[in-house]
Formats: sequence, structure tokens, C-alpha cells
Amino acid sequence: MLNKTGVPSLEEVKAIFPDREKLKKPKAIVECYEEIPCNPCSTSCPFDAIYIGDDINSCPVVDFDKCTGCAICVYNCPGLAIVVAENKGEKIRFKIPYELLPLPKVGEIWEGVNRNGDIICEARIEKVLMSPKQDKTALIHVLVDERFVHDFITIREVKNG
Amino acid sequence: MCCAKTAAEAGQTCLIIERNSRLGGQLVKQTHMFFGSEKQYAKTRGIDISNLLINDLNGLEEKVEVMTDATVVGLYPDKVLTVLQGEKYVKIRAKAIVVATGASEKVLAFENNDLPGIYGAGAVQTLMNVYGVLPGQDVVMVGSGNIGLIVSYQLIQAGVRVKAVLEAAPTIGGYKVHASKIKRLGVDIKTSHTILKAIGKDHVEKIVTVRLDEAWRPIFGSEEEMTVDAVCISVGLTPMGNLLSMINVETKYISELGGLVPIIDQNNETSIANVFVCGDISGIEEASSAIVEGYLTGLVVADRLGNRHPLYHELMKDYHSQLENLRSGPFGEKIRIGLMKMMGGKDKC
Repeated sequence: MLNKTGVPSLEEVKAIFPDREKLKKPKAIVECYEEIPCNPCSTSCPFDAIYIGDDINSCPVVDFDKCTGCAICVYNCPGLAIVVAENKGEKIRFKIPYELLPLPKVGEIWEGVNRNGDIICEARIEKVLMSPKQDKTALIHVLVDERFVHDFITIREVKNG
Repeated sequence: MCCAKTAAEAGQTCLIIERNSRLGGQLVKQTHMFFGSEKQYAKTRGIDISNLLINDLNGLEEKVEVMTDATVVGLYPDKVLTVLQGEKYVKIRAKAIVVATGASEKVLAFENNDLPGIYGAGAVQTLMNVYGVLPGQDVVMVGSGNIGLIVSYQLIQAGVRVKAVLEAAPTIGGYKVHASKIKRLGVDIKTSHTILKAIGKDHVEKIVTVRLDEAWRPIFGSEEEMTVDAVCISVGLTPMGNLLSMINVETKYISELGGLVPIIDQNNETSIANVFVCGDISGIEEASSAIVEGYLTGLVVADRLGNRHPLYHELMKDYHSQLENLRSGPFGEKIRIGLMKMMGGKDKC
């Protein structure tokens, strides 16, 4: 349970995903289940695709028709609670925020991790972006198997031995 | 700083007295992005916010004087402050005083809580984020409020193993996004758990945790040992009103606001005319609220001393509505109840 462990239920996760057809294009998956006073996702979106409104405590709502999956919200979210997902056939391409060192390198295989912190799959690093406007939050593009679409959340460095 | 900014913009001269060697208070050790809205510098990292606020004062040198490494050691009813700066001891008389001393960390009573290696979360942040010193290699965090969760994350970023976060309450105290962020990095948050005792000779080596029942009583037989070389305590903050007590400002114990707080009106004025407060000293909240309270108080103080800001009414309205907005969600409930209790206290006076 989210308020006891910090892990949302599968139902909660599924509810914030768009349908499979929409996921053929990259879309923001906003994991903000709780009313907190915060709205940078909404104000940073260049396409007005994330709605919060005047009361900044309201939970964000994504308009998947407007969202282009540009991932600007991913590194603007102070809670690191947003990823972008895109269905590439047998694989899902995720764009995730990452704030640990060392950063992965393109082409490496890292461990894919679920919301519970368990290693669940391989994650192939496609891109590592770190521009000044990202303010030290790296944006990592990573490919994982399609069946982990609702489970994958972050990456972990493979420990030697 | 925020208070000095709006006051100076209204034409008021002011003096900031700061105990540390640089301005910014707690912001300088906050390496994470802040919440709130853009008006309170949301998504900017705390340390960068402190620099932005310092820059805001740069154009106002004629109005704002700054004393650093200076501690206010006395406050008198005739608005005389005594200040110790190095070897220098000076008296300053002010027309109005704003006390923005913030809060201090609460301590937790358990066996051996004085062993070296047991820190407050603020101390860990100062060591790690200001001076680059790690508190240990295997840390347990006690408390899952935002500070406990955020400092756990910062410990992980610094390469420290966070063995667990213990939370005595049945649910996580802070924002769930912070909780999810450390859980996915492999840190368990153990609700209904607390620390029973620390074990070690010259330094903490182990701790004993215990599960709590619904009435927060330890459950016999649920004790477990955990090997750690540091314990980080993050069980809340309490307002730091020592200076105010020197001039007998009226106070009230309001648990929702973190303890003993000065009774203030809508404009942050205490029971003594021209003595104001802003920030955590009048109730524990997020930094975003403290920033807005500072701006608001600056306008009020300047106005009181005959310098009304040209946009006084518009700005006041904006600041009040920002505060209302920040405090309106479920996480603002405690502060709303606390403020209501304070207003109740005011009527009775």
C-alpha cells in the first residue's frame, strides 16, 4: 500500500497509463497519486498537456492527445515521479529521471528495477542526456521488454561478481 | 532575506543579522528540487534558491545592510538587540524587529541515544551537503516525514547504504513521491516501527528496532537487531522562539504547529507592537510558505514605519492567496488547524 510502503498498487499504476494505441507514441506517465502543493509539471509543459489548475494541491491530469512525450516534465518534477513510455513493438522505450552517479553509458545493459526496488529485467541504455536546463537531473532513454511496461520504473548499475 | 527584500523595495532601511557566515539558513544544504509553485521557486534546488534570494538583495545595498557571523544574544522590550560578532559586542536599537530564527530538531528518547554516530537529520545534511563529510556507511533513518525521506535519498546519492527508514506511525509521514523514490532504490520504509536502543562501545555499532501496536506500544518479542554505524533522527521540528521569550511575547502551545509558538495576527505581528515573526518560528511548514511569509511581513513592517510599497494592496492579496493555496491541501491540514487554534487564543486575550 502506497501510504505504508511507498509502492503503488498495480491498479493505481495501470490507471495512469494511456491505452495501448496511444502508447505507440511517447506519453508522460505521471505517478503523483497524492494531493500535494506542487505544479511544475503543469507549468513546464510546452504543450499544455498536464492540467493541475488554480489549486496547486490537485493531482495532475495528462491529456494524452496533447502530450508529445518530450520529457521536459520528467526532469522538472521535483518528486522524480514522471517517466515517459513508448511502445516499440516487443520493447518499451522509457525516458526516466536519474540523479545518481555514476551515470550509465550508451549501449550498456543495466538492471531494470520495479517500484518495490527488485531487479526484474535487463535495461538497454539508449541515450544519456544532461543539459544545463535539466539542472543536474539526467534523462536516460532505456529499452526494456514490453511485458514489464507496468513494472519497470528505474535502473540500477550491475554489480560486478 | 525575503522580508528585507520587500521592505527595502518599499523604501525601508533594514539590517539582517545572521549567525552563519553566509545568508540562506537551511536552504544552503538542500540539494533537492523544491515543491510548490514557480512563485516560490518550485523545481529549483534549495541551494540555488538561496543564491537567487541573495541576488535579489544585490540591487538593494543602499537599503539593506547584512551582518554575518553575528549572533543576537539579547532582546529587550525597548527593541534593543545585543549582538555578538566575533570579539565585538554591539547594541542596536531598532524601530521594528522581525524574528526569523526558524526551528530546531526534536530529539528522541531511547537507550544510548548519546552514543557518537547518532545524528539529527539536519546535522547529517550540514556534514554531507555543506562540508562533504559522510556520517557513516550504513545508516538507519528514524522518521519518515519529508526531511527523513529526502535526507535518506541524499544519503543514497552520497553513496551511503540506508538500511531502513523507521516510522512509528502506521503510515508514511511525508510526500509519497519521496517515499516511492527511495523504495525503488531498495530502501524499506518500516511503518509502526521505532528504535528501542542503540548498542556500541565508543560508537554506535548496532540498534534494536521494535514493532509498535495501534496505541504505539512496543510489541514484546518483535525486537530485531540491525548493524549500523550511524543513526539519523528525523522526528520533527520545534519552533525556536528563545529570543521572543526574552521580551515576554505571548505564546501558546499548539502541537499542530510544532510546539510553543508566538501568538500572531494575520500580519505576523506578535503580542508586542512592532515585533514580527516569519517562517518556522510561528509554526513548522515547508520552506515555500516561509518565503511567502517573509515577503508579506516585509511589506507590513515597511508600511508600519511609514514606507508603503506602491503595490501594497495587490502584493498583500497575492501573498495571502499564495499562502492559502500552499496550505489548502491535505498536507496543509495540520497548519490550518494550528492557525485556527492560534486565532482562538488571540480572541481570548
